Amino acid sequence: MIQALCDWLSNTHVSLAIQSALWVVPAVQTVHILCVSLVMYSVAMLDLRLMGFVSRRQPIARMVGRLLPWVWYSLIVLAATGVILIVGEPTRELPNAAFQAKMAMLGTVILITVVIQQQSKKNATYWETRHVGAKLIGLVSLLLWVGIVTAGRWIAYI
Amino acid sequence: MSIQHFCAWLESTHLATSIRVSTWLFPTIETIHVLAIVLVVGSIARFDLRLLNLAYRDRKVSEVYEEVVPWTWVCFSFAAIAGALLFSSHATTYYHNVPFRMKMLLLLLSGANTATFQRWTYPTVARWDFEARIPSAAKLAGGLSLVLWIFIVAFGRWIGFTT
Repeated sequence: MIQALCDWLSNTHVSLAIQSALWVVPAVQTVHILCVSLVMYSVAMLDLRLMGFVSRRQPIARMVGRLLPWVWYSLIVLAATGVILIVGEPTRELPNAAFQAKMAMLGTVILITVVIQQQSKKNATYWETRHVGAKLIGLVSLLLWVGIVTAGRWIAYI
Repeated sequence: MSIQHFCAWLESTHLATSIRVSTWLFPTIETIHVLAIVLVVGSIARFDLRLLNLAYRDRKVSEVYEEVVPWTWVCFSFAAIAGALLFSSHATTYYHNVPFRMKMLLLLLSGANTATFQRWTYPTVARWDFEARIPSAAKLAGGLSLVLWIFIVAFGRWIGFTT
Protein backbone atom coordinates (compact mmCIF):
# COMPACT_ATOMS: atom_id res chain seq x y z
CA MET A 1 0.00 0.00 0.00
CA ILE A 2 2.85 2.36 0.88
CA GLN A 3 4.44 1.44 -2.43
CA ALA A 4 1.26 2.32 -4.33
CA LEU A 5 1.09 5.64 -2.51
CA CYS A 6 4.73 6.34 -3.38
CA ASP A 7 4.16 5.49 -7.05
CA TRP A 8 1.14 7.75 -7.24
CA LEU A 9 2.79 10.61 -5.32
CA SER A 10 6.01 10.56 -7.33
CA ASN A 11 4.03 10.94 -10.57
CA THR A 12 2.02 13.96 -9.45
CA HIS A 13 2.80 17.33 -11.03
CA VAL A 14 4.09 18.78 -7.76
CA SER A 15 6.46 15.88 -7.19
CA LEU A 16 7.77 15.99 -10.76
CA ALA A 17 8.33 19.74 -10.40
CA ILE A 18 10.32 19.24 -7.15
CA GLN A 19 12.32 16.41 -8.75
CA SER A 20 13.24 18.46 -11.81
CA ALA A 21 14.40 21.53 -9.85
CA LEU A 22 17.63 20.24 -8.30
CA TRP A 23 17.94 23.11 -5.81
CA VAL A 24 14.55 22.54 -4.11
CA VAL A 25 15.47 19.54 -1.92
CA PRO A 26 18.75 20.96 -0.49
CA ALA A 27 17.15 24.39 0.04
CA VAL A 28 14.08 22.96 1.78
CA GLN A 29 16.29 20.64 3.88
CA THR A 30 18.29 23.69 4.98
CA VAL A 31 15.14 25.50 6.16
CA HIS A 32 14.07 22.24 7.84
CA ILE A 33 17.38 21.97 9.75
CA LEU A 34 17.30 25.64 10.76
CA CYS A 35 13.85 25.07 12.31
CA VAL A 36 15.11 21.88 13.97
CA SER A 37 17.81 24.03 15.58
CA LEU A 38 15.19 26.39 17.06
CA VAL A 39 13.22 23.41 18.40
CA MET A 40 16.22 21.53 19.77
CA TYR A 41 17.71 24.43 21.72
CA SER A 42 14.29 25.20 23.25
CA VAL A 43 13.44 21.63 24.24
CA ALA A 44 16.99 20.94 25.48
CA MET A 45 16.80 23.93 27.84
CA LEU A 46 13.29 23.07 29.05
CA ASP A 47 14.04 19.36 29.52
CA LEU A 48 17.30 20.09 31.36
CA ARG A 49 15.38 22.54 33.57
CA LEU A 50 12.71 19.89 34.28
CA MET A 51 15.50 17.50 35.23
CA GLY A 52 16.96 20.17 37.52
CA PHE A 53 20.28 20.66 35.70
CA VAL A 54 20.00 24.30 34.54
CA SER A 55 18.41 27.67 35.48
CA ARG A 56 17.11 26.30 38.79
CA ARG A 57 16.31 29.85 39.94
CA GLN A 58 13.87 30.33 37.06
CA PRO A 59 10.28 29.14 37.50
CA ILE A 60 9.46 26.25 35.14
CA ALA A 61 6.17 27.86 34.10
CA ARG A 62 8.06 30.95 32.89
CA MET A 63 10.46 28.82 30.87
CA VAL A 64 7.52 26.89 29.38
CA GLY A 65 5.93 30.19 28.34
CA ARG A 66 9.18 31.50 26.92
CA LEU A 67 10.47 28.37 25.14
CA LEU A 68 7.48 26.39 23.86
CA PRO A 69 6.14 29.02 21.41
CA TRP A 70 9.46 28.58 19.48
CA VAL A 71 8.70 24.86 19.33
CA TRP A 72 5.12 25.18 18.09
CA TYR A 73 5.87 27.83 15.44
CA SER A 74 8.92 25.92 14.23
CA LEU A 75 6.89 22.69 14.06
CA ILE A 76 4.49 24.36 11.61
CA VAL A 77 7.39 25.21 9.28
CA LEU A 78 8.90 21.75 9.89
CA ALA A 79 5.65 20.07 8.89
CA ALA A 80 5.38 22.19 5.74
CA THR A 81 9.01 21.64 4.68
CA GLY A 82 8.74 17.97 5.66
CA VAL A 83 5.72 17.51 3.42
CA ILE A 84 7.58 19.12 0.49
CA LEU A 85 10.48 16.69 1.03
CA ILE A 86 8.11 13.70 1.18
CA VAL A 87 6.24 14.76 -1.96
CA GLY A 88 9.57 15.31 -3.74
CA GLU A 89 11.04 11.92 -2.79
CA PRO A 90 8.23 9.67 -1.47
CA THR A 91 10.16 6.43 -1.96
CA ARG A 92 13.10 7.80 0.08
CA GLU A 93 10.85 8.60 3.05
CA LEU A 94 7.55 6.71 3.43
CA PRO A 95 8.75 3.06 3.33
CA ASN A 96 11.94 3.97 5.26
CA ALA A 97 12.18 2.44 8.76
CA ALA A 98 14.12 5.46 10.09
CA PHE A 99 11.42 7.80 8.75
CA GLN A 100 8.65 5.70 10.33
CA ALA A 101 10.49 5.62 13.67
CA LYS A 102 10.98 9.38 13.44
CA MET A 103 7.24 9.97 12.95
CA ALA A 104 6.32 7.63 15.81
CA MET A 105 8.73 9.41 18.17
CA LEU A 106 7.48 12.79 16.94
CA GLY A 107 3.84 11.91 17.67
CA THR A 108 4.78 10.73 21.17
CA VAL A 109 6.90 13.76 22.02
CA ILE A 110 4.23 16.19 20.81
CA LEU A 111 1.75 14.56 23.23
CA ILE A 112 4.31 14.76 26.04
CA THR A 113 5.00 18.43 25.27
CA VAL A 114 1.29 19.22 25.33
CA VAL A 115 1.07 17.56 28.77
CA ILE A 116 4.04 19.60 30.06
CA GLN A 117 2.45 22.81 28.80
CA GLN A 118 -1.13 22.09 29.95
CA GLN A 119 -0.14 21.04 33.48
CA SER A 120 2.06 24.10 33.76
CA LYS A 121 -0.78 26.37 32.58
CA LYS A 122 -3.28 24.90 35.05
CA ASN A 123 -0.91 25.11 37.97
CA ALA A 124 2.23 27.24 37.69
CA THR A 125 4.18 25.22 40.27
CA TYR A 126 2.94 21.83 39.05
CA TRP A 127 6.34 20.57 37.87
CA GLU A 128 8.28 22.13 40.78
CA THR A 129 6.26 20.03 43.20
CA ARG A 130 6.74 16.79 41.28
CA HIS A 131 10.45 16.09 41.37
CA VAL A 132 10.43 12.55 40.04
CA GLY A 133 7.67 13.19 37.50
CA ALA A 134 9.43 16.31 36.19
CA LYS A 135 12.79 14.54 35.92
CA LEU A 136 11.21 11.58 34.14
CA ILE A 137 9.16 13.56 31.63
CA GLY A 138 12.17 15.82 30.93
CA LEU A 139 14.41 12.82 30.30
CA VAL A 140 11.91 11.02 28.07
CA SER A 141 11.24 14.17 26.08
CA LEU A 142 14.97 14.86 25.55
CA LEU A 143 15.69 11.27 24.53
CA LEU A 144 12.81 11.35 22.05
CA TRP A 145 13.98 14.63 20.48
CA VAL A 146 17.56 13.33 20.16
CA GLY A 147 16.08 10.15 18.66
CA ILE A 148 14.07 12.21 16.17
CA VAL A 149 17.16 14.07 14.91
CA THR A 150 19.14 10.82 14.80
CA ALA A 151 16.42 8.97 12.88
CA GLY A 152 16.08 11.99 10.57
CA ARG A 153 19.76 11.80 9.61
CA TRP A 154 19.65 8.01 9.23
CA ILE A 155 16.86 8.20 6.63
CA ALA A 156 19.71 8.82 4.19
CA TYR A 157 21.49 5.58 5.18
CA ILE A 158 18.71 3.01 5.60
CA MET B 1 54.09 19.97 3.27
CA SER B 2 51.33 21.41 1.10
CA ILE B 3 47.68 21.32 2.13
CA GLN B 4 47.02 18.64 -0.50
CA HIS B 5 49.78 16.45 0.91
CA PHE B 6 48.41 17.01 4.39
CA CYS B 7 44.91 15.95 3.22
CA ALA B 8 46.31 12.82 1.57
CA TRP B 9 48.24 11.94 4.72
CA LEU B 10 45.19 12.63 6.94
CA GLU B 11 43.00 10.44 4.77
CA SER B 12 45.54 7.58 5.02
CA THR B 13 45.66 7.57 8.83
CA HIS B 14 44.23 4.57 10.66
CA LEU B 15 41.38 6.63 12.17
CA ALA B 16 40.29 8.17 8.86
CA THR B 17 40.43 4.80 7.13
CA SER B 18 38.30 3.19 9.85
CA ILE B 19 35.64 5.90 9.43
CA ARG B 20 35.70 5.51 5.65
CA VAL B 21 35.39 1.74 5.49
CA SER B 22 32.90 1.32 8.35
CA THR B 23 29.22 1.19 7.42
CA TRP B 24 28.04 2.90 10.62
CA LEU B 25 30.88 5.16 11.85
CA PHE B 26 30.37 7.97 9.33
CA PRO B 27 26.58 8.27 9.85
CA THR B 28 27.05 8.08 13.64
CA ILE B 29 29.68 10.85 13.74
CA GLU B 30 27.55 12.83 11.29
CA THR B 31 24.55 12.50 13.62
CA ILE B 32 26.64 13.90 16.50
CA HIS B 33 27.81 16.70 14.17
CA VAL B 34 24.20 17.55 13.27
CA LEU B 35 22.98 17.41 16.90
CA ALA B 36 25.83 19.72 17.96
CA ILE B 37 25.30 22.14 15.06
CA VAL B 38 21.56 22.50 15.62
CA LEU B 39 22.30 23.39 19.25
CA VAL B 40 25.02 25.88 18.19
CA VAL B 41 22.65 27.58 15.77
CA GLY B 42 19.60 27.33 18.04
CA SER B 43 21.47 28.91 20.95
CA ILE B 44 23.38 31.65 19.14
CA ALA B 45 20.30 32.58 17.09
CA ARG B 46 18.50 33.34 20.36
CA PHE B 47 21.23 35.79 21.39
CA ASP B 48 21.50 37.30 17.88
CA LEU B 49 17.73 37.90 17.84
CA ARG B 50 18.01 39.56 21.28
CA LEU B 51 20.70 41.91 19.91
CA LEU B 52 18.39 42.72 17.01
CA ASN B 53 15.53 43.38 19.48
CA LEU B 54 13.48 40.66 17.79
CA ALA B 55 13.20 38.29 20.76
CA TYR B 56 13.32 38.35 24.57
CA ARG B 57 12.96 42.15 24.67
CA ASP B 58 11.91 41.94 28.32
CA ARG B 59 15.25 40.42 29.32
CA LYS B 60 18.67 41.95 29.84
CA VAL B 61 21.11 41.33 27.00
CA SER B 62 23.71 40.08 29.51
CA GLU B 63 21.17 37.68 31.04
CA VAL B 64 20.46 36.11 27.63
CA TYR B 65 24.20 36.07 26.90
CA GLU B 66 25.05 34.20 30.10
CA GLU B 67 22.26 31.70 29.54
CA VAL B 68 22.98 30.99 25.89
CA VAL B 69 26.62 31.52 24.91
CA PRO B 70 28.25 28.86 27.14
CA TRP B 71 26.05 26.27 25.36
CA THR B 72 27.10 27.65 22.00
CA TRP B 73 30.78 27.07 22.84
CA VAL B 74 30.35 23.60 24.31
CA CYS B 75 28.27 22.44 21.34
CA PHE B 76 30.63 24.14 18.90
CA SER B 77 33.53 22.08 20.32
CA PHE B 78 31.59 18.87 19.71
CA ALA B 79 30.59 19.99 16.20
CA ALA B 80 34.20 20.91 15.36
CA ILE B 81 35.66 17.61 16.62
CA ALA B 82 32.98 15.55 14.84
CA GLY B 83 33.41 17.72 11.73
CA ALA B 84 37.19 17.18 11.75
CA LEU B 85 36.67 13.41 11.92
CA LEU B 86 34.20 13.52 9.01
CA PHE B 87 36.65 15.67 7.03
CA SER B 88 39.54 13.27 7.69
CA SER B 89 37.65 10.35 6.15
CA HIS B 90 37.49 12.00 2.71
CA ALA B 91 39.96 14.87 3.19
CA THR B 92 41.18 15.19 -0.41
CA THR B 93 37.61 15.17 -1.78
CA TYR B 94 36.32 17.74 0.71
CA TYR B 95 39.37 19.96 0.18
CA HIS B 96 38.34 20.45 -3.46
CA ASN B 97 34.62 20.70 -2.70
CA VAL B 98 33.28 24.22 -3.28
CA PRO B 99 30.43 24.18 -0.71
CA PHE B 100 32.90 22.83 1.87
CA ARG B 101 35.32 25.68 1.13
CA MET B 102 32.49 28.20 1.36
CA LYS B 103 31.41 26.73 4.71
CA MET B 104 34.96 27.07 6.08
CA LEU B 105 35.24 30.64 4.77
CA LEU B 106 31.96 31.62 6.42
CA LEU B 107 33.06 29.93 9.67
CA LEU B 108 36.20 32.10 9.63
CA LEU B 109 34.10 35.21 9.02
CA SER B 110 31.77 34.20 11.84
CA GLY B 111 34.79 33.76 14.11
CA ALA B 112 36.09 37.22 13.19
CA ASN B 113 32.63 38.69 13.84
CA THR B 114 32.48 37.01 17.26
CA ALA B 115 36.02 38.12 18.16
CA THR B 116 35.22 41.72 17.21
CA PHE B 117 32.03 41.66 19.24
CA GLN B 118 33.75 40.13 22.29
CA ARG B 119 36.73 42.49 22.12
CA TRP B 120 35.07 45.85 21.47
CA THR B 121 31.28 45.73 21.66
CA TYR B 122 30.21 43.43 24.48
CA PRO B 123 32.51 44.93 27.19
CA THR B 124 30.29 48.06 27.20
CA VAL B 125 27.08 46.01 27.67
CA ALA B 126 26.42 47.52 31.12
CA ARG B 127 25.56 50.79 29.36
CA TRP B 128 22.90 49.30 27.06
CA ASP B 129 21.90 46.13 28.86
CA PHE B 130 18.25 47.04 29.35
CA GLU B 131 17.92 49.79 26.76
CA ALA B 132 15.58 49.60 23.80
CA ARG B 133 18.36 51.26 21.79
CA ILE B 134 21.05 48.67 21.29
CA PRO B 135 24.20 50.19 19.68
CA SER B 136 24.39 49.63 15.94
CA ALA B 137 27.72 47.77 16.32
CA ALA B 138 25.93 45.18 18.45
CA LYS B 139 22.97 44.97 16.07
CA LEU B 140 25.34 44.53 13.16
CA ALA B 141 27.18 41.72 14.99
CA GLY B 142 23.86 39.97 15.71
CA GLY B 143 22.59 40.33 12.15
CA LEU B 144 25.88 39.17 10.63
CA SER B 145 26.07 36.18 12.95
CA LEU B 146 22.53 35.14 12.07
CA VAL B 147 23.06 35.41 8.30
CA LEU B 148 26.48 33.68 8.46
CA TRP B 149 25.12 30.72 10.43
CA ILE B 150 22.16 30.30 8.07
CA PHE B 151 24.58 30.01 5.17
CA ILE B 152 26.98 27.78 7.11
CA VAL B 153 24.09 25.32 7.56
CA ALA B 154 23.07 25.73 3.91
CA PHE B 155 26.57 25.05 2.55
CA GLY B 156 27.00 22.20 5.03
CA ARG B 157 23.85 20.55 3.72
CA TRP B 158 24.92 21.26 0.16
CA ILE B 159 28.18 19.31 0.65
CA GLY B 160 26.06 16.15 0.90
CA PHE B 161 24.63 16.75 -2.57
CA THR B 162 27.98 17.31 -4.28
CA THR B 163 30.26 14.55 -3.00
